[in-house]
Amino acid sequence: MGEYALLAGQLFNGVSVASILLLAALGLALSFGLMRVINMAHGEMLMVGGYLSFLTYRFAPARLGFVLALIVAFVGAAAFGALLELVLIRRLYGRPLDTLLATWGVSLALQQAARSIFGAIGVEVTAPKWLSGSFTVKSGAMAGFNLPYVRLFIIALAVAVLSGTWLLIQRTRLGLYVRAVHQDREMAQALGVNTGWVDLAVFALGTGVAGLAGSVLAFIAPVTPTVGQSYIVYAFLVVILGGLGNLLGTLLAAAVVGLFSAGAQIFTSVSFADVLLLMFVIAFIQFRPSGIFAARGRALEEA
Amino acid sequence: MNECMVKGPLMLKRSGLSRGLAVARALAFAMLATVALLGAAGIAAADDVVKVGVLHSLTGTMAISEVTVKNATLLAIDEINAAGGVMHKRIQPIVEDGASDPAMFAQKAQKLIQQDHVVTVFGGWTSASRKAMLPVFERFHGLLWYPVQFEGNECSSAIMYSGAQPNQQILPALDWAFQKGYKRIFLLGSDYVFPRTANLILKKHIQHDGGTVAGEEYVPLGGTDFSAVINKIKAAKPDAIFNTLNGDSNVSFFKQMAAADLPPSKLPVMSFSIAEQEAKAMGPSLVQGSYAAWNYFQSLDDPANQKFVAAYKEKFGADSSVDDPMAHGYLDVYEWAAAVEKAKSFDPNKVRRAAPTLDWKDVCMGKTKFAPNQSLFQTAYVGELQPDGQFKILWQSKEPIRPEPYDALSFPGKKCVIK
Repeated sequence: MGEYALLAGQLFNGVSVASILLLAALGLALSFGLMRVINMAHGEMLMVGGYLSFLTYRFAPARLGFVLALIVAFVGAAAFGALLELVLIRRLYGRPLDTLLATWGVSLALQQAARSIFGAIGVEVTAPKWLSGSFTVKSGAMAGFNLPYVRLFIIALAVAVLSGTWLLIQRTRLGLYVRAVHQDREMAQALGVNTGWVDLAVFALGTGVAGLAGSVLAFIAPVTPTVGQSYIVYAFLVVILGGLGNLLGTLLAAAVVGLFSAGAQIFTSVSFADVLLLMFVIAFIQFRPSGIFAARGRALEEA
Repeated sequence: MNECMVKGPLMLKRSGLSRGLAVARALAFAMLATVALLGAAGIAAADDVVKVGVLHSLTGTMAISEVTVKNATLLAIDEINAAGGVMHKRIQPIVEDGASDPAMFAQKAQKLIQQDHVVTVFGGWTSASRKAMLPVFERFHGLLWYPVQFEGNECSSAIMYSGAQPNQQILPALDWAFQKGYKRIFLLGSDYVFPRTANLILKKHIQHDGGTVAGEEYVPLGGTDFSAVINKIKAAKPDAIFNTLNGDSNVSFFKQMAAADLPPSKLPVMSFSIAEQEAKAMGPSLVQGSYAAWNYFQSLDDPANQKFVAAYKEKFGADSSVDDPMAHGYLDVYEWAAAVEKAKSFDPNKVRRAAPTLDWKDVCMGKTKFAPNQSLFQTAYVGELQPDGQFKILWQSKEPIRPEPYDALSFPGKKCVIK
């Protein structure tokens, strides 16, 4: 494998990591931006998605199971999110620190529940046959360059989810309400927007996307009670770097983080690349405290 | 009692509240009686019981591995008790939870020694937990039996190290790889003390024996992204990978290697933290064909082992599996009991001095014996993981290997001498 193949491989890996980060962070960006809720249990929604697809594979046949698992993971995690919003988060609006603590408690409770129901060890989920191969360049300057199908699929899914969310926000009535609440919650309320419903819908959508992410990430990572923890830090990093509640910002931040890690890992180890990444983000928010795109919402200006 | 019987029929007419009170009163009486009985029994039996501590993580991340070692330890204690105990005393285990937290291990170790007055403790898994407990056992002159393979580079009179030293697991695996013609080795591990030290030793030996270190990579504990690592592995073109990743990271690594068209059948992987328990958890199909080096495999064809496996399955379920640290946890109790009998004393200092003077024994993992440096002579095995989650044994060292806490190439001049 030559120099070019290594570089091209890392470029692809950067895009792949970016797509994973985008799927993990999108829901967080939505709820963080709109409601200023720091949902510490967001990682556990990925975990819930993983376990739900594991259950689906056990009961449904292979080919149907794959599509069904995506749907079950999305709907299941969204329902979970809706419940969480109704029971807990709704009651703690305007108390960001309390929400942070409460959702952290939920995260611990969900981890222990998964441990009690499915065991501490984790469960086995493998990619379907047609996703488990890869495309390899056999000769020429790029010999050894390799594109695993499962990573290509995750990139495609991330693009689809992002476009879907963008269309929803820009082109639908619900999206209009979301933008209105985002700009000025009280004014929107005064004009008859049911902000409670908008919050509920956005929060459920965000956790649903996390469930979807958990379902596909099970193909390349473990499904264990604590798996959410390995994504949550990077997801927050992306949200903060991108600017609160900004879809384009989230996309750019995911790309920056993914490509930065992949680039740094050419020269150094994975551990040290993480250190460099954190230093980069700290330096960056010194200069642009509100991220790549500063959010223009009155809710945020009050902070 | 009479009063109750007389009033019995009337109670039906009473309100729920007073009925509840009556029940509570009866319960309290029963509890008092039980406590009194237990107390009496305790006093009567005190001379015939000897207390030992069993200290493992029963909750938290490490529970997955340590609960089974605790089970194996308790199995050995039960067996010894059924056969008459130690010096005619019944062994009473005091089980404590280290909760996957080194500070908690140190605290519980102190509690076991000072409050429960145990004569010895069996336990520990991570090097961090061992290092946290070490000063406690040294200060209070206790004795810890540690059942897990580790990085060596430590030598204390307060610990019996029954798990493998590097020269009993890692280096034999390297010898085997060189015999197979794997000379370009890629070192991959989680970023903490065991992989770093193990790879330090491996690098010295690979270079010394004419091999090449094709690459060396560390991933944070719990890391899930191996895309860059796999890219580097491809560029480095190693003959084999020596894998000291820990826990869940292994699942990500093997899944992503398979997705990148590099399953163990194409690029051999030798793992040092995947035993029968972990293989079962990851799904054997994922790691099938990968190699592991241990000092015990469940599949060892030996009457002592078959007896151990059968006894464990009878107690903990037919589908449970047994692995290396569990076998060591089981063995430690027997070694302690034998050393106590030989020393004719429960005193930790006398027991630890007696242990190396015991004869060779045929146990579930072959011939073993404690060396004067308080580590165990044991045989190294290399196994290949089969679809059923068991290992096929491919190779074993000619004889039990003498334990060396300090590798001569990596730590020249350091010697483990215990008085």
